[in-house]
Amino acid sequence: MGMTITQKILAAHAGRKFVEPGELILATVDMVLGNDITAPVAIEEFEKAGATKVFDNEKIALVPDHFTPCKDIKSAQLCKRVREFAKKHNIKNYFEIGEMGVEHALLPEKGLVGPGDVVIGADSHTCTYGALGAFATGVGSTDMAAAMYMGKTWFKVPETIKVVYNGKRQPWVCAKDLILYTIGNIGVDGALYKSLEFTGDTLKDLTVDERLTITNMAVEAGAKNGIMVADEKVVEYVRRRGKKEVRVYKSDDDACYEKILEYDVEAIQPQVALPHLPENSVAVDEVSGIQIDQVVIGSCTNGRFVDMKQAAEVLKGKKAHPYVRLIIIPATQEVYKRCVKEGLMDIFLEANAVVSTPTCGPCLGGHMGILAEGEKAVATTNRNFVGRMGHPKSEVYLASPAVAAASAVTGKITHPREVV
Amino acid sequence: MEFRGRAFKYGDNIDTDVIIPARYLNTHKPEELARHCLEDLDPTFVTRVKKGDIIVGGRNFGCGSSREHAPLAIKGVGVSCVIAESFARIFYRNAINIGLPIIESSEASRQIDDGDELLVLPEEGLIKNLTKNEEYRGQNFPDFIKEIIDAGGLMQYAIRQA
Ligand code: SF4
Repeated sequence: MGMTITQKILAAHAGRKFVEPGELILATVDMVLGNDITAPVAIEEFEKAGATKVFDNEKIALVPDHFTPCKDIKSAQLCKRVREFAKKHNIKNYFEIGEMGVEHALLPEKGLVGPGDVVIGADSHTCTYGALGAFATGVGSTDMAAAMYMGKTWFKVPETIKVVYNGKRQPWVCAKDLILYTIGNIGVDGALYKSLEFTGDTLKDLTVDERLTITNMAVEAGAKNGIMVADEKVVEYVRRRGKKEVRVYKSDDDACYEKILEYDVEAIQPQVALPHLPENSVAVDEVSGIQIDQVVIGSCTNGRFVDMKQAAEVLKGKKAHPYVRLIIIPATQEVYKRCVKEGLMDIFLEANAVVSTPTCGPCLGGHMGILAEGEKAVATTNRNFVGRMGHPKSEVYLASPAVAAASAVTGKITHPREVV
Repeated sequence: MEFRGRAFKYGDNIDTDVIIPARYLNTHKPEELARHCLEDLDPTFVTRVKKGDIIVGGRNFGCGSSREHAPLAIKGVGVSCVIAESFARIFYRNAINIGLPIIESSEASRQIDDGDELLVLPEEGLIKNLTKNEEYRGQNFPDFIKEIIDAGGLMQYAIRQA
């Protein structure tokens, strides 16, 4: 029997010719990631157990991105802990603010993850790197601690659901809409413990940045990982960013899938996921007119340059509605600089947007744009759980950068075609 | 090993943001986290819960972020174990890794009502509902996972492996 990409990568890292779904394996890891919330817990576990040495100082990435620049004393203490650990163990991939970015936008950009890798991160959206043909999955802090020490971790080999996107996108339909539509279709536990393998013609037309948006949200369907074949675009992307080892895997023709879901992309409209679950996605036209108080454009889902460009296209020459706070957060310093250089920053500032240095910030209700009781926000982030962006009685509507930008202009949920 | 306590019953998709909101993630002290456990879902939970009590959820318990603070908060508040129809996978790993007993049982998740008195025998995967006089079967852990638990958690397991 054949294997899926996920099986092949896991087999290669477990020193095996074949692994089958359901098997528990111990696999080597190529990159272990942690942030300012999860790494301190991992560091404590690491030290408490008496570990003194990390397995490889080049295969650990520490990215303080959630509450940075530190919002209060407690978060400053956490970042300090991470910084000191990085210094002590000479961790090569420690990123201080100024160079830092939201971890899942930063690692691909820095060429630290790529095709054929096994990546674990103490952050659920680690699944993002699947768009580069890596097996990447989120774990907890203790997992991170053990992997920093052993260079290995345990996995249950997942079954795979194949998701096929065919057809041309309608105007204003973004990668975000494809994944929101899919989650709406299968539900927030539709791929629980499983791998989502994305394929189909539509993907070929998407840039690498856009593909990362799709795999980023695999976890929102409960998936262990999301993955795509690394095509020439991806190989070119990772090489340009200095990734040396590149191992491209494809699923065998006789690989076994738990199920296959096919979507006709032409029939998909721009989506909005209503509070309080990402699976509550509907076409934007069904809910247009809902009044909003805030718009957030950014995050590991939609904070890359292509997202900024889509937002700018809608915002050009316009202003945010007088009662809407428009917050734009380029996900990395590189994206931020490019926004300045290519004139996007002018468009944003002229639109009365607040543009922040890279941070997770409001995405998790941390800082930089918290919602008050009863307020509503349209956000390009990935979760709209109760209280995610602030008060437990506030509401988050998930959408693409284009829909978010259009909604900022009118002050209510709006299809971009109404504005441009 | 056995756990005895009252059931606190909640629905499907109890996410880690309601188990412990991000605004409290600037610490990872279990006692501090425990004070805010489930506060956005059920503000009276922390005042009513007693040591040994049991949380019963529906499908996909613990979905959302990877924060280990979520099982730590639950453990910190004195909950002895969590029963659910299914767990989100990172939560499942985290619970094992930090030693919070969890049991998957769709039967128990459906039958148990809020306030029922439960007796749980985790090694046998057995759940007794003392209020209703019913018994439910849960899933046992695979051997590999038991090894991790026996070692005293994943980090100890790692140290032993090296
Ligand atoms: S941007 Fe949001 S989802 Fe992404 S890593 Fe940060 S907090 Fe998590």
